[in-house]
Amino acid sequence: METLDLRSQAERSFTRRTFIKGVIAAGAVVSSSAYLFRTNGSSASAQAPGSVERLITLRVNGQERRVDVLKQETLATTLRYKLGLTGTKIGCDRGDCGACTVLVGGVPTYACSLLTHQVRGREVTTIEGLANGDQLHPVQQAVYDEGGFQCAFCAPGFIMSMVGFLQQNPSPTIDEMASGISGNICRCADYPKILKSAMRAAENMRTV
Amino acid sequence: MAESNLIGQDIVSRDLVAKITGRAKYAEDYRAEGMLFTKLLLSPLPHARVVSIDLSAALAHPGVIAILTADEVPQDEFPFEPCLTNEPRYEGEPILAVAAVDEMTAADAIELIRIEFEPLPFAIDPLDSLRPGGPNATLMGNAYLGREVGEVKWEQSVFDAAGPDGMPMGPTEDEWEFGEGGVEAGFAKADVIVEEVIYSHSATHHPLESRTAMSYWQNGKLYIHCSVQSVAQSRRAIADRLGMPFEDVVFVSEFCGGGFGSKIRGSVTEIIPSLLSKKAGGRPVMMRVTRNEETAFGRARPGMQGWVKMGFRRDGRMTAMDLYLVQDTGSYARQGDTSTAADCASLIYTPETMRFRTVTVLTNTPPRAAQRGPGGAQGVPMLEPVVDRAARQLGMDRLEIRRVNGPTAATRFGRGNTQLTSCYAPEALSRGAEMFNWSERSARSGQRNGSKVTGVGLAFSTYYGGTSGWDGLLVIRPDGKLYIHQGVGNLGTHAVMDTARAAADVLGSDWEDCEVVWGSSSLHLPHSSTSSGSQTTHAHTRANHAVGMAMYGLLQELASLELGGSPSSYAVGNGRVYRIGSPGSGLTFAQAAQRAITRGGKFSGAVLPDDINEMTRNSATALAGQGLIAAAKDTYPHTARTYSFVATFAEVEVDVETGMHRVVEVTTVADCGTVVHPRSLAAQANAGVIQGMGFARSHKWSIDPTWGVHLTKRLEAAKPPTILDGPTQYHFAAVDLPDPQNPVGAKGIGEPPVGAGSGALLCAIEDALGGLYGSHTPMSPDKVLSIYENEGRVASGRLAIHV
Ligand code: FES
Ligand code: FES
Repeated sequence: METLDLRSQAERSFTRRTFIKGVIAAGAVVSSSAYLFRTNGSSASAQAPGSVERLITLRVNGQERRVDVLKQETLATTLRYKLGLTGTKIGCDRGDCGACTVLVGGVPTYACSLLTHQVRGREVTTIEGLANGDQLHPVQQAVYDEGGFQCAFCAPGFIMSMVGFLQQNPSPTIDEMASGISGNICRCADYPKILKSAMRAAENMRTV
Repeated sequence: MAESNLIGQDIVSRDLVAKITGRAKYAEDYRAEGMLFTKLLLSPLPHARVVSIDLSAALAHPGVIAILTADEVPQDEFPFEPCLTNEPRYEGEPILAVAAVDEMTAADAIELIRIEFEPLPFAIDPLDSLRPGGPNATLMGNAYLGREVGEVKWEQSVFDAAGPDGMPMGPTEDEWEFGEGGVEAGFAKADVIVEEVIYSHSATHHPLESRTAMSYWQNGKLYIHCSVQSVAQSRRAIADRLGMPFEDVVFVSEFCGGGFGSKIRGSVTEIIPSLLSKKAGGRPVMMRVTRNEETAFGRARPGMQGWVKMGFRRDGRMTAMDLYLVQDTGSYARQGDTSTAADCASLIYTPETMRFRTVTVLTNTPPRAAQRGPGGAQGVPMLEPVVDRAARQLGMDRLEIRRVNGPTAATRFGRGNTQLTSCYAPEALSRGAEMFNWSERSARSGQRNGSKVTGVGLAFSTYYGGTSGWDGLLVIRPDGKLYIHQGVGNLGTHAVMDTARAAADVLGSDWEDCEVVWGSSSLHLPHSSTSSGSQTTHAHTRANHAVGMAMYGLLQELASLELGGSPSSYAVGNGRVYRIGSPGSGLTFAQAAQRAITRGGKFSGAVLPDDINEMTRNSATALAGQGLIAAAKDTYPHTARTYSFVATFAEVEVDVETGMHRVVEVTTVADCGTVVHPRSLAAQANAGVIQGMGFARSHKWSIDPTWGVHLTKRLEAAKPPTILDGPTQYHFAAVDLPDPQNPVGAKGIGEPPVGAGSGALLCAIEDALGGLYGSHTPMSPDKVLSIYENEGRVASGRLAIHV
């Protein structure tokens, strides 16, 4: 069997320990350096490259927010760890799942894949910015009325995608709607109910 | 007692507003003063021994607060899985953990650690490991022999006899057989015999929320925020892992971003922040788990390689099934999936005779765990296409062959001659066939439109539908509200809210006057089941009904003591206990709560029933004096096994030029007893079907056989189903007939739709390909093409693993 040959080949090379003998720089095996961040006011390693924060002003949910950010800091990190807006979720931190979707200038955007510096001067809307006090946004209301989502870890991202998509396409067909929110993954696979909520959301948006 | 009026209604879950406004707190959303962050050092090798570790530079790095190694964490004999290890058994297994003031500092420190590994032989493919001279996944051996691990190697002749694409079948570890004369006699009676090599792949669960955890210590108590499928049971499990009494653990998991079996009692890695926090003097420690890490230690479904032979009489009745399965259990615990697959098979086909043989092999791949429908979700899709082949040979309708063999209420099945609490499987099949219009659609099978061929299929699936014997806990407070305490998890099935309705209905309470209490042990929760294995709905409608009845009795007794008359002259409803015939009389719940506090004893929780669990007792005792308190254990009879049944019908269009397919229509019907929450039930069933179809067509993992490393660490590569992978509408109905051994008639539903979905899709694809069986999940376009063009041959091999 082919796999067997491959394995013995692997073992031969292990015996020789060509790639492994000696010290391994274990840093090479840390799985995702992009998933890192420095919290506000950290005293340590202030000298390390890339650790210098700069005070910038962001426009989030209609408010001006002053915040210290690193050059390499993602918007998802700034929102969650510096502005306390934990409604924006991180499901993959790599642009695969859409859990982190926010609106930047009205356009649905993966906040895990955007540097905070890039959104200076642009309006950022997160899930926390949709409702008006106790009054749900029409899209949220539609989701509520349909009993939307299961675990709902994907919900903030999906809802932001719906809002952004419906602003561009107020009267989508159901297939267009599905495509419009296909940048989001629901691992509970509650897709039929999500889509039904989204179509109801379109109706709600048209009547407000 | 009031008539049921909440069971069966669509009631939006109380927690939904929090979920859709971003206020719901999942594990990573908690913050604590002075919180530290963790990074893990993961094994780069699939099997190795740590020879030396030099932490000096890392410890000297500014901002590093503590480093935890395997020597400082609980270790026990295999198959105990430690949270950190010096003998990593799969790539990505955690070796040590650093806590620092922030994540970047922790990661920098990891890079400063000097660590030397001695590589050890490793096994990726179970069959490879069973060959003479094949590699062993552990130093003790390669397979489970009972609870122990030993070495199992088959003779070379076993492999030679199997040939290149056949299933080698050496001696197995476990075996059973039932039916008169055994399978030999069964096959002797058969008119048609089919046999096939069968296969089901492994893949990571990938809940959207990873197993992040945050912990700290305060006054000797451990506070832990994490993401689990049960608050009560995970609290116990975490305490056990740390060797401390559960009373000293404050356990918080209000929202869980999906588990699918991977977070049943929490995770081994969850104690890492607890131990780091202890080293750091109790400072809070957050451990965010990345998607890559989730792929490594987030659990996966066990794969199977096997063979089946089935015999049928001309009338379609299955006279014999001979099932042989090798299970890939990964690097630690033994899973029961192959056994459950066999049990499910013995129920959905009720064969007259059956033999089952299995061996469970260890590999240096991520540890396995139950994944939604464990066993059934592999067994059903492996076997249903084989049954279709038999139906074609018999010239029999594929629905009919399932009717002929499927169970009824009178069925006794399997090796234990097991009896069912209820079974409306025939109703589910008929209803599904009618909704899907089976006779008309199946006539279209094989129709061509250019390069596209229509295929239709159905699959019939089952799973255990619930446990019993858990506790319920209710408090009526002076505010007049009924507080229903729930120790189950809140992972999106809504069972945490929905099963509470059983108590409210017994007491005739308005849902507005009820509060569900869940998510944190500090709120005093009862001993509850895990939310797994489709048990919650059944288990906790029972427990809440039982405690509702106990509360009813307490209210009657209290009224009789306070107002005179016999207890039985009182009834309960609409927020009061009143004299029968005069609904405005008696005591309001608010008054009853006050009187209970004054009277004490069994009314205030000071005196509790003897048979409740210690956890419930502790919780009720902590609540004592705050109102009228009822605690009870579910002692309702449960004299047979509870199973639910699901039939899924699917139509697909397979493009035989590209190998791609499109799912056109899906209909699912479930027998899960009385419906508790119609909309949520439909969502569970449809989503289970979608997950199953996703598993059958794309959701996978790949592990490089040369180096034993994972190649599909990202969702984009693991390919779970997306919203574009199916039709925009799925059809669902429930039979909605009550199970007689559940007080509200309900049975669980989480598991069986998964196998039904993947089975229906595979059967439909097989149908479009003219009945060519070559199933090898996931059925990616290249495999479909290979099967179509090579008369059922899969180019990569029928038993090729991790492809
Ligand atoms: S977290 Fe940003 S796309 Fe997944
Ligand atoms: S509802 Fe769980 S991930 Fe979407």
